[in-house]
Amino acid sequence: MTRQPQAAETATTLPAPAPDGGAGALLRVRGVRKAFGDHVVLDDLDLDVHAHQVVVLVGASGSGKSTLLRCVNLLEEVDDGVIEVEGRDVTDPRADADAVRARIGTVFQAYNLFPHLRVLDNVTLALRLVHRAPRAEADQRALAMLERVGLADKARAFPDQLSGGQQQRVAIARALVTQPALMLLDEVTSALDPELVGEVLDLLGELKDEGTTMLVATHEMAFARHVADEVVFLHEGRVHERGAPEQVLDDPREPRTQEFLRRFRGA
Amino acid sequence: MTAAPPTAEWAPSAVQRERLAYRRARGRRSTLVALASTLACAAVAWLALTSAPGWPRVRASFFDPEVALESLPRVLQGLWLNVRVMAVCAVVIVVVALALALARTLRGPAFLPLRIAATAYVDVFRGLPLLLVLLLVGFGVPGLRLQGIPASAVVLGGAALVLTYSAYVAEVFRAGIESVHPSQVAAARALGLTRGQALRHVVLPQAVRRVVPPLLNDLVALSKDSGLISILGAVDAVRAAQIQTATHANFTPYVVAGVLFVLLTIPLTRFTDALARRSGWLGAQGALAGAGPLR
Repeated sequence: MTRQPQAAETATTLPAPAPDGGAGALLRVRGVRKAFGDHVVLDDLDLDVHAHQVVVLVGASGSGKSTLLRCVNLLEEVDDGVIEVEGRDVTDPRADADAVRARIGTVFQAYNLFPHLRVLDNVTLALRLVHRAPRAEADQRALAMLERVGLADKARAFPDQLSGGQQQRVAIARALVTQPALMLLDEVTSALDPELVGEVLDLLGELKDEGTTMLVATHEMAFARHVADEVVFLHEGRVHERGAPEQVLDDPREPRTQEFLRRFRGA
Repeated sequence: MTAAPPTAEWAPSAVQRERLAYRRARGRRSTLVALASTLACAAVAWLALTSAPGWPRVRASFFDPEVALESLPRVLQGLWLNVRVMAVCAVVIVVVALALALARTLRGPAFLPLRIAATAYVDVFRGLPLLLVLLLVGFGVPGLRLQGIPASAVVLGGAALVLTYSAYVAEVFRAGIESVHPSQVAAARALGLTRGQALRHVVLPQAVRRVVPPLLNDLVALSKDSGLISILGAVDAVRAAQIQTATHANFTPYVVAGVLFVLLTIPLTRFTDALARRSGWLGAQGALAGAGPLR
């Protein structure tokens, strides 16, 4: 389906979410509920992401993957439950949403680059405005990050002069440059042409090897298999199955998971 | 790990109830703060005005209730003329401006003269001060002594308003037309629609929706500029107030006319806002962007 991420062979197995109630987890989601009108999108959902862990959310469209990510960085307000990032309850209405988001990097399906800014300025914007870095330092860090994603030569270009894969790599650099504790990636390859998917997934595999903590919603099963420490299968806003990728993807125990994967392969 | 049985009936947890209570409390506090801040600002403004040394004299010559009452019928009568001029002009302006905007978007070598004429027209009448156009039309056109041209100040003044405002509104329409993404035309043409059909059924409906707020802005401006036809001798609200001011030797009628103009434009603004909201015009693009409760 796609090129194999480079991280494939080296994927480490971190301990599965401990039965300790998620103490010490970087991201701790407990009993989260989110409804739009009568439609319950997230239903009493629990999830842990530990430092340096990659958790991949899989499930059909509408299963709640994106909504969960949007709740974590407070683009949506939960209707119940608690989300803790680095031990802080971000769902508390007294929480400073900007401070929470400053610790989280988000990459969107449609890149959401700012079309009026050059690539370099897209990457430095948060450094300068949120983290108050001086211009020279921001530029330096941004260039290093662009180098990291292989796009240093595009720093002066505008987003619409780049391919979709390049734009998404810029978006990843923009999210990473502030050194967030947690990266949220929402179907970041879904808007890409098939031949451009590989370059983005390769980059994510490298980030995993560097120890980046990621919560990833994706339809790329090969990517989930090779990069995930844990695969979480969502259906109608509930976790139906979770575990090591080999277990969930190759030997699913739940009928819902089996059906989903069968349809996915059959397609 | 396996799925838990579906939760039958959801009731907010203690955490969530506490959050809701906090949000309600904060909402109440916001209301109180807003109320207090508004009252304080109003009090300061009122005190600053009434403590001015010349306030008693200004009040006597600008805010005399008796004069206001006496001048009101005449000024209202004048305002009725403004309303009629505005209504007729607005319709004519929209038609002329749309024609101008479309003329400027026409492709093809045969339409070059039309394009040039429309562009020149917009350039000239956006550059000319409205007052000059009024004077030139109001006093120049009757001087031609042409047959069938009415010499009425109202008609000539209205014509001058149309000449100037059409140029402005044409640019608003053109901006709206050009803001519709080319992919929309591509989709329409791919369905087999002609250029004209694509323009009429796909581009214009989207363009007009987008430019409703600036168009309303021009309509409000027109409602006030309709007062300028008084310089040609038409007795509108401004002229009526002027006459009343001279009669009473008191400036209150001007204030009356001002209040009436404001009262005229406020419902206009609110009406269009409500219309736009009900039709989902304003929300259309917001929904696409997936705006959430950003705090």
